[in-house]
Amino acid sequence: MNFDIGLVFESIPKMLVGLGLTLELLILSSFIGLVLAVITLLMRISGRWFLVAPAVTYIYIFRGTPILVQIFVIYFGFPQFEFVRESVFWPFLREPFWCCILALSLNAGAYVSEILRGGMLGVDKGILEAASALGISKTQSFIYITSPIAIRLSLPAYSNDIISMTKATALASTVTLLDMTGVARTIVAQTFAPYEIFLSVAIIYMIMAWMIQKGFGMAEKRMSRYLKPAAG
Amino acid sequence: MSEQEPIIVLENVCKYFGEFKALSDVNLTVQKGERIVVCGPSGSGKSTMIRCINRLEEHDSGRIVVGGKELTSEVKDIDAVRREVGMVFQSFNLFPHLKVLGNLTLALKLVREMPKPEARETAMRYLERVHIPEQADKYPSQLSGGQQQRVAIARALCMNPEVMLFDEPTSALDPEMISEVLDVMVELAEEGMTMICVTHEMGFARSVANNIVFMDHGEIVEANPPEEFFDNPKHERTKLFLSQIIGH
Repeated sequence: MNFDIGLVFESIPKMLVGLGLTLELLILSSFIGLVLAVITLLMRISGRWFLVAPAVTYIYIFRGTPILVQIFVIYFGFPQFEFVRESVFWPFLREPFWCCILALSLNAGAYVSEILRGGMLGVDKGILEAASALGISKTQSFIYITSPIAIRLSLPAYSNDIISMTKATALASTVTLLDMTGVARTIVAQTFAPYEIFLSVAIIYMIMAWMIQKGFGMAEKRMSRYLKPAAG
Repeated sequence: MSEQEPIIVLENVCKYFGEFKALSDVNLTVQKGERIVVCGPSGSGKSTMIRCINRLEEHDSGRIVVGGKELTSEVKDIDAVRREVGMVFQSFNLFPHLKVLGNLTLALKLVREMPKPEARETAMRYLERVHIPEQADKYPSQLSGGQQQRVAIARALCMNPEVMLFDEPTSALDPEMISEVLDVMVELAEEGMTMICVTHEMGFARSVANNIVFMDHGEIVEANPPEEFFDNPKHERTKLFLSQIIGH
């Protein structure tokens, strides 16, 4: 069986039809995920058991299960329950798009909140003591000192998560959505050339990942300008 | 002139870290304008003692009174004390993500709720006082250790404290930068600032201190004015410490 490299490059523009949906899934779930992550983080560090327990449970469940399974539970599983079908959310939960957004956002929220917490733990305790000694309150300290530094520390891991999310959007194709992978699968069904088609969609994902990496690299550089330059 | 109320009183203060007794019945009285140097071997409780004064550590028993207000676990008591007490740390602890000016104005804006232009002016005034006004727009990482520590001193002074606590301010500095920091501290002392300084700089102690407090194993072993302390140490432990520290 010969390898049709022409087909690889011909198919790239066709795949871009799905790019819009891929980006929608990525951007929307990243944004909602970030909001969820911040809320979860605040709950987690609050010290109050009735806030910590739900946060920790949420993180555990969504980091502990495959996104694909999460999507299936929401898309196939939820409609089994009458209270879901009769709820005000049903117009959303019956749509594969919103099921995917829900699963991806909840997933992002769990991972990103732990990433942010890692960043927080990296903040030098000494400067927080100095802030206390100056009379700066714990809340003010968190906003003006911990947060800027923690965000910078979180950027590498966060960019990693965004790239993971980009790839996770491909799972939407398993529930009838025509994102890039969904389009690819359709074309494969028509052309019987899975290798070339999936290779071309892989190329597009790689280009997206490269752009995200570059973008975050620039952000990291900008946020690190106050750091000591490396010796030498 | 009537007897003044002391500005800091430590009465029978004890502090434990788990099983370890870090402070053992510490009694100390500091008058306004006094300069106290605290010295002693590692682990003697010197840092712990001054950190208890601004509640960075909590004492387990005894009383601590600062500026007439007793230090308890009530937040408003702690805040009241911290407003009166400034602290300078061994590792400077400057806010790395803020420029020098930002470091000085942050507390002014957040705690004193000073408007920006006034905060800036106050900050520049104190930067001039520590002789580095030209560094205002630099980040801490761009400054030398001695400059960073002077910024830290200016930052504490901006809040107009009644007392300044120094926790081994020159111990992390290269030798050639020690004097620029000590000079600033001497100027502060000459202006009448009440100071408690944990340090190994005995030259500084001899010339600036009213009282030198020697601590060992969590206790105050001896407390005397410099002449008495250096020339006539009373306890064996003090003599041992002095022989170790003043050889070279």
